[in-house]
Amino acid sequence: MTKPIVEIVGLRVGFGGAAAVKDVSFSIQPGETVCIVGESGSGKSVTSLSLMRLVEFGGGEILDGHLMFQRGDVTMDLVTADAATMQSIRGNEIGMIFQEPMTSLNPVFNIERQLTDGLLMHEPLSRSKARERALELLREVRIPEPERRLKQYPHELSGGMRQRVVIAIAMACRPRLLIADEPTTALDVTIQAEILALLNRLKREIGMAVMFITHDMAVVAQIADRVVVMYKGDVVETGPVAEIFAAPKAEYTRALLAAVPRLGDMAGQSAPEPLRLVGDTHDPKPLTPRATPEPLLEVRNLTTRFPVKGGVFRRTVAQVHAVEDVSFTVNKGETLSLVGESGCGKSSCGRSILRLVEATSGTVHLGGQNVLAQTKHELRGMRQHMQMIFQDPFASLNPYMRLQAQLTEPMQNYGLDNREERAAQLFDRVGLPRDFLRRFPHELSGGQRQRIAIARALAVSPGLIVADEAVSALDVSVQAQVLNLMMELQADLDISYLFISHDMAVVERVSHHVAVMYLGRIVEIGPRAAVFENPQHTYTKSLMQAVPIADPNQRKLDGDLAFKPIPSPIHPLDYQPHQSVYETVGLDHRVLVQAG
Amino acid sequence: MKEFFTGKGIVGGGIVLLVLAVALLAPLLIPDTWATQMDMRSRLAGPSTTYLMGTDQLGRDLMFRMLLGAQTSIMIAGTAVLMSLVIGLPLGVISGYFGGWIDNVLMRLVDTLLAFPALLLALTISAVLGPNLTNTIIAIGIAFTPYLARIIRGEALRVAQMPYVEAARAVGTSDTWMIIRHILPNIMPPIIVQATISLAFAILAEAGLSFLGLGTQPPDASWGLMIQASRDYLDVAPWTALVPGAAVAITVLGLNMFGDVLRDVLDPRTK
Repeated sequence: MTKPIVEIVGLRVGFGGAAAVKDVSFSIQPGETVCIVGESGSGKSVTSLSLMRLVEFGGGEILDGHLMFQRGDVTMDLVTADAATMQSIRGNEIGMIFQEPMTSLNPVFNIERQLTDGLLMHEPLSRSKARERALELLREVRIPEPERRLKQYPHELSGGMRQRVVIAIAMACRPRLLIADEPTTALDVTIQAEILALLNRLKREIGMAVMFITHDMAVVAQIADRVVVMYKGDVVETGPVAEIFAAPKAEYTRALLAAVPRLGDMAGQSAPEPLRLVGDTHDPKPLTPRATPEPLLEVRNLTTRFPVKGGVFRRTVAQVHAVEDVSFTVNKGETLSLVGESGCGKSSCGRSILRLVEATSGTVHLGGQNVLAQTKHELRGMRQHMQMIFQDPFASLNPYMRLQAQLTEPMQNYGLDNREERAAQLFDRVGLPRDFLRRFPHELSGGQRQRIAIARALAVSPGLIVADEAVSALDVSVQAQVLNLMMELQADLDISYLFISHDMAVVERVSHHVAVMYLGRIVEIGPRAAVFENPQHTYTKSLMQAVPIADPNQRKLDGDLAFKPIPSPIHPLDYQPHQSVYETVGLDHRVLVQAG
Repeated sequence: MKEFFTGKGIVGGGIVLLVLAVALLAPLLIPDTWATQMDMRSRLAGPSTTYLMGTDQLGRDLMFRMLLGAQTSIMIAGTAVLMSLVIGLPLGVISGYFGGWIDNVLMRLVDTLLAFPALLLALTISAVLGPNLTNTIIAIGIAFTPYLARIIRGEALRVAQMPYVEAARAVGTSDTWMIIRHILPNIMPPIIVQATISLAFAILAEAGLSFLGLGTQPPDASWGLMIQASRDYLDVAPWTALVPGAAVAITVLGLNMFGDVLRDVLDPRTK
């Protein structure tokens, strides 16, 4: 075994009185990718920030341990390194990529300046030489038209391109270790696949070591050589990626893996089925749809456009075509998922149906009544039958209201009786102890809050619940529990879900029907099995190709990946979009006909 | 309620209680003449055993003037700020919550008022209505309203876009309930802070009006009037400014601390 480039020994980091990292030891060999995986609060980010000695800037303190770093032929302990030494190591020998490509680039400097700043600081280069290097770096990260990019500013680049620039900056001085802290979490799945493939290629070509921090087991499976699993500030398991996934030793790793939905898991299944979690005693029962489907929600030719205001008089100068001629049906007791990448119009579609935003045209029939044609008064009554669960469980509950009041509010709105008793029953229903009723939202964890949001949606016994990215903000083990709860409620109460998500694996797990959205339109719609096992539209196919699978034996990030970028949905006022025309390719399975 | 009794809460609450007690009790316990009695032989006298806090340019006892002036100052400033809250809160909340043309109309109105300096506005109103206590209060109250309305509108606008408001709308909450249950509690903290700061400015605004003969009428005392009168004697008798100035400063400090602690007590997240 060669000498490790980094060896962390007994690291302990505290914030104020609390220890964020308790006792962490592991090492990274040259040229290998080590994934640090864990849920929020596991201390994975703190560990990486400690290695850069950046944790001190955030109010943390390294209490104990050693950070042995191989520098040339000598090994030095970064814990005792002085500020000047750390400065010459940061960005030079250890590069770092952060999560948010929008905020980690300075908006007032052009790309050339961002790239050359680091180079000029660490290496004796002339301006023109630095510029050449910058161009080379942009080519290396496969940015199209690199010459033009040098003069552009961050806001002129797409999210994926920005993250490529961030990587180029981190690579500028040829670091021997690259720390990547959730570099793809904020990105769409196709861009994520591109970035992961890029990191993989750079690692191979340059032979640098990568310390990759993530919460996503599927990403781990795709890129890791070795895995460090962290839980509440401790390392619970370390090992080669194949071993971790095939034979996890720690109880926590097993639970974590059981909670991850894997794309392809549902192949051959006819109905959605709850995940089997560690500790579950009873077998999950599939959600078999009724023999004769009974339509509940019928959406026809729904179109929603938002004005883009500009000029001195704030006149409408263009329109965002958020939802364009969308039609689908949700059956009673079934789940239809709207899946797509950011900006595809899936959220606008859900909001238009509930009239939280006003649609431009089309009809939405719920139980025979056209929601879009109702008066404000009628609409209030209608909302008893359609409810929504929001993405962010921290922002969707009023911080000043006790949970009981939040739950009784909808009942009070519709004049239901026995409100307190019903609120208590709802708590039982979503698996929260009744003494939480007197609490405020901030006293709960994210998963518990999302249970409250579900309970609130259930409070008036609606037929339809629109779940907008309802589990996206949750840790994976919590996500699994919430998904299982939602499926259980569907089985017991015969609820229909319009499930809006960007996560293909989750969608595959919960859906009866799936609609793939792209640029405001549904490009493919059909039974879950048909869409996932026999995708017909090119966009669906590229989505399926881009989704990382939580199985190290199914790696697909070889070579460079480049997906077609999504064009802008903003069009001039006189733009006349064509109608959506579908071709039937199977039973209930329709694909948008490609048109000009 | 336990959260209130922190160091800050005790000091802030103590000061507020003290100021209120002085404002309420001083006129009952101290005869008016003690504050208006002129002693021409000891004009601008420094603090001594006879005059604990010194005297002003007419030889009046500053301590008694300060104690007796408390009621006028506190009442005018307090009522005026309360009035601007009563007008500004609904204005700002309706503007921020409903938006659209309502917001445009209300805010252009507010902008018009904002175009005039607050003191000039108060002066005009007070000149039109005539100089007496009630009119002074009305003048200051109206002059301060646009500032509060602006701040409240901004807060209401921010809160109206929070996901929990959208969530409440999705469960069929009416606009009235939305404002009472969701908007108001969440915009309270900045309003409390702004109101306590406004109080200090209102005390000084009353001084400005009094100086121009539109507020408190001599020989009655108010803190503002005392500060105004002191400006010619700052170099020879600084205590004439320090005594009423300290009274204003301590009151505002106490109110600020009180407001801060009140905000923390009301916020469930800090428990």
